[in-house]
Amino acid sequence: MNAARHSYYEATARQRLAALLDAGSLHEFLGPAARVTSPHLPVLGLPVAFDDGVIVGRGRLEGQPVLAAAQEGGFLGGAVGEVHGAKITGLLERALEEKPQGVLLLLESGGVRLHEANAGLIAVSEILRALLALRAAGIPVVALIGGAYGCFGGMGIVACCCDAIVMSENGRLGLSGPEVIETVAGVEEFDSRDRALVWRTVGGKHRYLLGEAQRLVADDLAEFRAAARELLRAVRPLDLATLEAEQACLAERIARYGDCADAQDVWARLGVQQPERLPLLDEEEFLQTVAPAMVRNKP
Amino acid sequence: MEHLEFDFPGRPMPVPARAQVIVGVVSSGNLEVLMEKVSLNGSCHVNVDTVITGFGRIWQAVLSDFFARHALSDVRISINDVGATPAVVGLRLVQALEDLQRGVS
Repeated sequence: MNAARHSYYEATARQRLAALLDAGSLHEFLGPAARVTSPHLPVLGLPVAFDDGVIVGRGRLEGQPVLAAAQEGGFLGGAVGEVHGAKITGLLERALEEKPQGVLLLLESGGVRLHEANAGLIAVSEILRALLALRAAGIPVVALIGGAYGCFGGMGIVACCCDAIVMSENGRLGLSGPEVIETVAGVEEFDSRDRALVWRTVGGKHRYLLGEAQRLVADDLAEFRAAARELLRAVRPLDLATLEAEQACLAERIARYGDCADAQDVWARLGVQQPERLPLLDEEEFLQTVAPAMVRNKP
Repeated sequence: MEHLEFDFPGRPMPVPARAQVIVGVVSSGNLEVLMEKVSLNGSCHVNVDTVITGFGRIWQAVLSDFFARHALSDVRISINDVGATPAVVGLRLVQALEDLQRGVS
């Protein structure tokens, strides 16, 4: 019997968190009844959400204590406002004291909530500072990305500062989102409505092939849960050697792929056979197809 | 934005499994419903914040229908709405009540 798949993509942030953690183990901090909402949105005549678009709390994963945050993309694209950001920062700072097995960040965000301008920008920098302090203390932080709104802007930076990233093909990760690039540089540079182009440039498969996402999973809550559990054991030390190795990787990437005009050219240069087929494969076929190239190109 | 408030006389209800639940998302065509068991001398109170102005009578009708179908007492309902249709509002209210009674998270 095949276990039914429960889509991560379709689930709300609350449903994702409930499925990721052990049943009934979530203890939410500053839950909706606390009504800690954005002070900025009412001034602009905009609706608030009782949790300001993010759920933070403590729970268990296979019995191990974890802290977790889940952004709700449906509310203002998961954008980080003052309260939203403070909740994530508070969670990370709390982790430094509680020393859980690890922290899960279920990211879905366009980045800074522009309505809140500087407060949102400062919030992202505070998240980054708290995240790096936590990593320096050796507590792993795993980012999970598989929602409709992707993970962009400041939260894209946050994701890349984590110990590891889990993505589904649907997930997208980047700094400037496709529509921002099109607005700034023109449709000739990047057509944000070309879905195939968008996904092969910022989608989960490409991020996995570049080594930015450590796991590519099917759009299934159970697979995200299994990958998160596994990656919580894989602490990446935050020290000079790690940073220098990462810097060397980036320099090598520019040298190898800097002249590629399209992600497909990168895949071909990685040695993937019939790279144009990659977007059509399901996760299992994809991982089998790219495995030889991934082994050969391991830094 | 428009803020609306409604009061309904309560009717005895079974002791709920949870003190509070939230369903829905504050996104276009959708709403969030926070349902809380509080002490209101047996009555019920509803706060609505909606981006669509001028639909107070429709809210009154949808909420009256909900309270006519379901027995609730000492319950406060708080809603953030982004233009959900009456059917979606009705659905979320029932969903919240089910979660409150059954204790589903």
